Amino acid sequence: MKRVYLDYASTTPTDERVVEAMKPYFSEKFGNPTSFYSFAQEAKEAVDKARTEVAGLINAKPDEIIFTSSGTEACNLAVKGTAFRNKNKGKHIIASSVEHFAVLESLKWLEKHGFEITYLPCDKSGIVKPEAIEESIRDDTILISVMHANNEIGTLEPIKEMAEIAEEKDITFFSDACISNGLVDIDVEELGVDLLALSAHKMYGPKGIGALFIAKGTGIEPLIHGGGQERRLRSGTENVPSIVGFGKAADIAKKEMKSYVLGMEILRNYLIEKVLRIESTKLNGHPEKRLPNNANFNFAFIEGEGLILELDFSGISASTGSACSSPTLEPSHVLTSIGLPHEEVHGSLRITLGRETKKEEIDYLIDNLPGTVERLRRISPFKGGFDDYVKGTEWKGGHKHV
Amino acid sequence: MYSEILLDHFRNPRNMGRMEDADGVGKVGNPACGDVMYVYIKVGKNEKGKEYIKDISFETFGCAAAIGTSSMVTELAKGKNFEEAENISKSEVADAVGGLPRRKMHCSLLASDGLKAAIEDYRKKQTEKGE
Repeated sequence: MKRVYLDYASTTPTDERVVEAMKPYFSEKFGNPTSFYSFAQEAKEAVDKARTEVAGLINAKPDEIIFTSSGTEACNLAVKGTAFRNKNKGKHIIASSVEHFAVLESLKWLEKHGFEITYLPCDKSGIVKPEAIEESIRDDTILISVMHANNEIGTLEPIKEMAEIAEEKDITFFSDACISNGLVDIDVEELGVDLLALSAHKMYGPKGIGALFIAKGTGIEPLIHGGGQERRLRSGTENVPSIVGFGKAADIAKKEMKSYVLGMEILRNYLIEKVLRIESTKLNGHPEKRLPNNANFNFAFIEGEGLILELDFSGISASTGSACSSPTLEPSHVLTSIGLPHEEVHGSLRITLGRETKKEEIDYLIDNLPGTVERLRRISPFKGGFDDYVKGTEWKGGHKHV
Repeated sequence: MYSEILLDHFRNPRNMGRMEDADGVGKVGNPACGDVMYVYIKVGKNEKGKEYIKDISFETFGCAAAIGTSSMVTELAKGKNFEEAENISKSEVADAVGGLPRRKMHCSLLASDGLKAAIEDYRKKQTEKGE
């Protein structure tokens, strides 16, 4: 069967060149970078080189990069590490309501430990208004967290403006860039952020490796204690092959981003134009301020899990924000935050393109989608509109049946 | 994660579509959770004068499990008298589709509830007619 992978925001394949770069560090140059003897120096040098490459991708200095086991760990370290370092200064944190679970769940945990969180609303396109931050800042605010781009709807946030506000008030500013790394030019100097999380597998690097940029002078408490690796901020023997792979992926992204992003964007725009021809279909997110590979659609009157399954039967891999497809049976918090009504939040489809996505693959999706949507709409009781049953009732979440 | 039977009912739903001249309509579910089911029944009387489900159809807004169990419950109910139809339990529906993942079990409840709601609606209409 034909296989068309269109879920590159979920993960990307590891670039062959990255795999090649990693190979020697498994069985041949396997030394522990912390060891003193010369054999281990090869590994240490490789880690140093990778650190320089990852730093280079975001215009940071190598000693401002801490390797972690994932983007999620980088987010945990940023949020919890800042909170614990500054707990005597204050207990208040500001975050956008559309953050990734890595941030949201860390915040929820901090709430249990006495921290107070203010969640910032966003507009219909998913943009957090910098003014909202200004209004939320208190004397005891210690951290502001707003993601660089949204992983579901691709909206790019005005990080620079928000980081400026944080800087004026001397509050640590963190941005999760796991979904945008390798797709958008990120310059930490220009953005003015104190902390920035990165993930390798979203940019053709290996899974299981991430990094946190910590600007010089930013205080943070480690979460993992032990042998004192990574400037005592993240103990544990370095995952040398994956770090090397991350470095190579960052180097490739830096050199090639301009060319592959352009092609991606053209193809994505073509996809949006074609899909919006399907009746009762909307584009979620911002029309321009969005990741170059992201398209997120809303099909009224149908539910996304069935749509994903139908596409899967045709060999197409994509994702949805529907409650039925999530392990918690909760609909996407991002789609509810941008104000989609309860009956519409389930009909979303996220398509994310990769560097190797071809026009014929997009055409294959375009050929399959209208029929699939049409078939599910034939099964749905709502034809061309929601009736009184839906509109006349005050619905709440939770799987209760009338 | 789904059985072959369920996938078959999802892809080739039986008794699917609106019934314009239905004797009873059951509307259940919650769009906030992403599943709503409408069940339509046509009622007949057997030789003993007992009411039974002569024809049945459904329309469902929901995931594959919701659609598949909706289709299955219409198959299970067709031709049955009210007592038998009302006794179709959620576990019977779940078993009939070859089992459901734990977090999808509520979908089979939706299907059996939809059927009960349609019978209830029919009875209500009959009472109204009698008055």
